[in-house]
Order: sequence, then structure tokens, then C-alpha cells
Amino acid sequence: MANTMQFDLVSPERSLASLEATAVQIPGADGDMTAMPDHAPTITTLRPGVLTVEATDGASQYAVTGGFAEISAEGTSVLAEKAMPVAEVTAADMDALIAQASDAAANATPEAKDAADKTVADLEALRAALNV
Amino acid sequence: MPNLKDLKNRIESVKNTRKITKAMQMVAAAKLRRAQEAAEQSRPYTERFNAVMGGLAASVGGSASAPKLLSGTGKDDVHLLVIMTAERGLCGGFNSNIAKLGRARAQELLAQGKTVKIITVGKKGRDSIKRDLGDTFVGHVDLTEVKRVGYENAQDIARDLLARFDGEEFDVCTIFYSKFVNVVTQIPTAQQVIPASFEETEDAGESTLYDYEPSEEAILADLLPRGVATQIFAALLENGASEQGSRMSAMDNATRNAGEMIDKLTIQFNRSRQAVITNELIEIISGAEAL
Repeated sequence: MANTMQFDLVSPERSLASLEATAVQIPGADGDMTAMPDHAPTITTLRPGVLTVEATDGASQYAVTGGFAEISAEGTSVLAEKAMPVAEVTAADMDALIAQASDAAANATPEAKDAADKTVADLEALRAALNV
Repeated sequence: MPNLKDLKNRIESVKNTRKITKAMQMVAAAKLRRAQEAAEQSRPYTERFNAVMGGLAASVGGSASAPKLLSGTGKDDVHLLVIMTAERGLCGGFNSNIAKLGRARAQELLAQGKTVKIITVGKKGRDSIKRDLGDTFVGHVDLTEVKRVGYENAQDIARDLLARFDGEEFDVCTIFYSKFVNVVTQIPTAQQVIPASFEETEDAGESTLYDYEPSEEAILADLLPRGVATQIFAALLENGASEQGSRMSAMDNATRNAGEMIDKLTIQFNRSRQAVITNELIEIISGAEAL
């Protein structure tokens, strides 16, 4: 059994990480999940949260907003709309994101209201988790 | 025959022009490198995104519950054309080629009795489209202030398009931009974004069976709007690289032309000077002979 798998984290603007990982914790829309080598092929959407990548030489953390993750036999790829290393996230970034999401929630149609509110809550939880 | 002073001024002015075009060419070359890098860095995202979406669309596409963004509204009466050009001129045929393609499509659709609505991105395209198709013009996205096109810009455009789509303002949306091949070749391209069309993946038949969390439909509904933004972002980046490439070759040509012109003017200048000297000599000699 393989102990590592290929992991890629890409955002539209750049590729953030491409490495051999032992486990990846993904903030899935339906709850967190950890992908390890030989995980069943899965596609899940992301909620705003912290993505943790464990490699043989240590773990790294990224803050991601929406997007999706694809877990397949070849490895795991996370396509995040916005992603940055946790250390680089500033309070201003988070405030801007939350303000934007709150705006969207305030203007959302009744059907989309729940989802928009959840995004705001997720972002606030993310800010609390990052402690910025 | 222009006098010597005029010719001299002319040569000076062409030399100044050459300096400017040369500088613009070098600036464009530097910007092109950056634009190309940006386009390359976005490619992995776009490719994977399209691969996943292709798979999803293929499995959900047939069902009646497929989202409207994928299956369309069932009509194709109102077409929205998003024409993306540059904010600046002096880049050869770049802007006019895109505008020409967009205009041709608009006229073709109008001839078929469809309704056409046009949104432009970039000042140059707006100017030329507004002149011919002013009444179909519904909006403009201004990126003059944007130094470096980011995903946010694409998201803004996508959000606007989606709002219009939800408001049933159009049935089909096509974007027009220039695909970057290399410095001398940029291909004006039309690409349909709504309803979404994804290139068929080659190994569609034997693709992996994925578990979907939440359901396939929910993922698709979540990803389709992002797909629009992704396609627009990719188009913006391609356009950026094309613009710089086009400007670089246009300025290279201009520099060369200025060089040729300087050579020609210099020859003319030398001939005129020689003629003046010969004239003076003849005058002196004939004056001496008369004595």
C-alpha cells in the first residue's frame, strides 16, 4: 500500500502546492473529511475552512474558501476559489471576505438565503479558528 | 523640393517616433512575459475544472432536473455577446479583429431574426461596437483601473452575467476574445459559456466512478456558476497575453518602418545638400569666368 499520494492545491491564479502527502484534511460542504492514500474516488464541494496537508516532513495549513476537491486513485486535487497559506491570512482579508458574503446573504433570494447565511457563518468560524 | 532645414526636422521627428515605438515594444515584451506566466499558472485549475465538469455534465446532463445553466432555457432567441478587448490601442489588429468577429456574429444573428444584446469589456471594443450596433448595447465592464487582471474581476463579470441570466434577459451567452498562440499569431475566438459546454473528455467511457458529496446535482449547481467565472478568467488572461503579443509585433513593425523612413530621408537630405553645394560652386565658377 502506498504511503503517500500526489496532492495538488490550485487556485485560479496560481498553483499553491504540489507535493507527496500522507493525509489531507478537507473542509467538505457536508463535513470535514480526511483523505489518505487509496481513499475511494470522491468529489466534494468545499466550505470555507482550513485545509491541512500532512506530508512526511511536516504539515502545512491553508485557508480556503469555496471550490471542490477531487480524490482519485492518482491523488488528491483541491481546486479552491481562493486559497492562501494560513500564516499569510490577515484580519483585513477575512473582514473583506465576510463583508462580501454578508452582502451577498442580504441580497440573496429566499431559496439561496440559507446557503448564503451558512457561508457567512463558515467564514466567521474560519476567522475564529485562524485567530487573526 | 523641401529645404534642408525641413528635412532635418523631419528626420529628427521620425527618430523620436522610433524611440517611442522601440520603448513600447520593450515594455510590451516585459508585460507579455508576465501575462503569459499568469495564463500558464491558471491553466492547471481550468483544465482540471473542465475535466471534472465534463464528467459531471455527462452524467447529469441528460436528466430533466439538470440545472438551467447546463441545459439552457430551451430557447435560443436572445443572444448575449460579451466582447472582450483591450483598454488601450496601438496593438495592431488585436482590437479590431475581435470586434470584427463579434460584429459579424451579431449581424448574422440579427439576420436570423434573433435578439442580440452586447456587453463589452475594454474601452476599445466599446467604441467600435457602439458605433455600429449602438441599440443592442446593454453594458460595459471597465477595467481601465485594473493593473493586473485578477480572478475577482472575472467573478464580477460572471456575477453580472448570472444575474442577467436569472432575470431571463438572455438564452445564450457567448464570449469573444483572442486566443494567444504566439507573438505573431492570436486567434479571435468565440466561446459559448451559457448554457455551459465542456469539451468531451477522451476517456469519458472508462472514467472513474466517483462518490459525490453532497449529491451530483448539488455539486453541479454549485460549480456551474464558478465555471462561468473560470472560463471568463481564462479568456481575460488569454486576451491579456494576446494584447501584449500583438502590441509587441505591431511596435516591432513600426520601429522597422521608422528605420526605413529615416534611411530614405537621410538619402534625400544628403542629395539636397549636395545639390546646394554644386549650385554654389557653379555660381562661383560662372562668376569667376565672367570677370
